[in-house]
Formats: sequence, C-alpha cells, structure tokens
Amino acid sequence: MSVPVLRLGDVLIASIQAALTDRDLLQLRDDLSDQVGRFRARGVIVDVTALDVLDSSAIRTVRDLAHTTRLRGARTVVVGIQPEVAFAMVQLGLTLEGVATALDLDEGLALLRQEDA
Amino acid sequence: MTGHLSEPLRACLPVREELDIVLARTCARELARRGGFPDAATEAAATAISEVARNIIVHAGMGEILLEVVKERGRRELVVLACDRGPGIPDLDRAMLDGYSTAGGLGLGLSSARRLMDEFHVVSRVGKGTVVTMKKWAA
Ligand SMILES: Nc1ncnc2c1ncn2[C@@H]1O[C@H](COP(=O)(O)OP(=O)(O)O)[C@@H](O)[C@H]1O
Ligand SMILES: [Mg+2]
Repeated sequence: MSVPVLRLGDVLIASIQAALTDRDLLQLRDDLSDQVGRFRARGVIVDVTALDVLDSSAIRTVRDLAHTTRLRGARTVVVGIQPEVAFAMVQLGLTLEGVATALDLDEGLALLRQEDA
Repeated sequence: MTGHLSEPLRACLPVREELDIVLARTCARELARRGGFPDAATEAAATAISEVARNIIVHAGMGEILLEVVKERGRRELVVLACDRGPGIPDLDRAMLDGYSTAGGLGLGLSSARRLMDEFHVVSRVGKGTVVTMKKWAA
C-alpha cells in the first residue's frame, strides 16, 4: 500500500493509514522528501487521523518524516491526533519532539500560512 | 453496550506480519467495548498491545496474542498474553529501561506498555522465548 501525496499550492499533504508497513513508511519518507524538492513545497502536512494508535514505532516514523521534510526546507505540521491517542501518548511520555501539531487539516494549513507571513 | 459477560470474551491471534498488529488491537478494542471498558483504558491497552505485538515481529519473528476479558475479585480485567518462541531477552532489567533497544528502535515499547497497563509481567528464557502478561482493569 502506498501513500498518496496530495499537492495544494505549495503544501504537500500525506495521510498515514493504520495498516502501513515499515516499508510503506520509508517509501513515504523518500517520496515526500523528493516532492518537497521537486515542487519547492514550503510546507508539509502529515495527517494521522486514520492512525488508531500512536505507539512508539508510529511516533518514530512521524518524527522521522517531519525531520526529513524540515531538513529539505519545508515546514512540517502533524495534524489529526485523536484525543484518546493523545491521552495514551501523554501516559507513555512519548512526544513528537519539536514537531508542530495542529488539530486538523484546516488548522494545519492556517498554521503554515501564519508562519509564511 | 452490554457490559455483561454472558459469552466468553476471548481471542487467540497469530502475529506474523505487521497487519496482525492492527488486527490485534482492533480485536482488543472490540472485546474491551463488549466488556464495558472506558475509552481511556481501552486505548491504553490497544497501544500496549501494539507494542508487544510489534516486539514479537521485530525481535522474535512470530508468535501469538491471547486476549480475554475476565472477572477477577468483582472487577473486569482485560488480560493480554503475548507469547513467542524467539531468542528470548538476556537482560530483562535493561530491556525494561526507557531507551534501551537492541534493534535501533526507540526502546520505549516495554517500558511504555508497563506504564499503560495496570499489571505487567515478563518471563523470558534465552533460546526459548518470551511471554508478556499484562492486565488492564475496567475501573
Ligand atoms: N518478544 C521479544 N523477544 C526478544 N527480545 C525482545 C522481545 N521484546 C523485547 N525484546 C528486547 O527488549 C528490547 C526493548 O524492547 P522495546 O522496549 O520494545 O524497544 P524496541 O522494540 O524499540 O527495541 C528490544 O530491543 C529487544 O532486545
Ligand atoms: Mg518494541
């Protein structure tokens, strides 16, 4: 299963599914990094709404994604962390370490625009 | 939304590939829901199950997960057993530490599973395998 990356102006949007394998995720990281360069994207939104848990492996993946795209020069925002998921994360002491988060896609886009201004 | 235990709430799931991790937590959620568990307890258990299931795949290759909702001392509990016949864990104390990984992981799986559950216990024999037993209470 590969992850479609949508393009909205100079923002790329990738939605992560629960059933992605590690290989899919590496593929996504490379795709995103590639497309940030190709389309000169200023921002990337990683949508995790479909993830039913953010366990340590998902956290690492999302963090890696965000760091990679940031290194390529795109602001990266993670959106769609469900309240129950956030609750479990806090209990875990897991954090996204400096990765910006927003409630949903709209807020994520607003955040990116704000930073552009 | 029954909250009764009229039928056995139990499942035995093979863990061989990454999709099985998703299946295990989906099944656990369904059992917890039928057992009347609160959402926060259910999600905590689902996350812990995800960790031990992934450990089976990454560190042992394959194994299985047993799930059961039982009534113990008047309280409902979700009991989780994660078993494998993999290489075992030579230094369990270290393996339980935050940040300790022999596989380039975050090393937070076992320690966070322990934090997320109400009871947590590992038995492991080098060369024989590992059994993680964990329980989440309904209240
Ligand atoms: N089922 C298992 N079989 C063998 N070793 C395991 C198993 N589960 C955990 N371990 C060992 O314990 C260490 C810590 O596990 P964990 O906290 O989940 O971190 P990670 O999976 O990120 O390495 C692993 O790196 C591995 O060495
Ligand atoms: Mg692990």
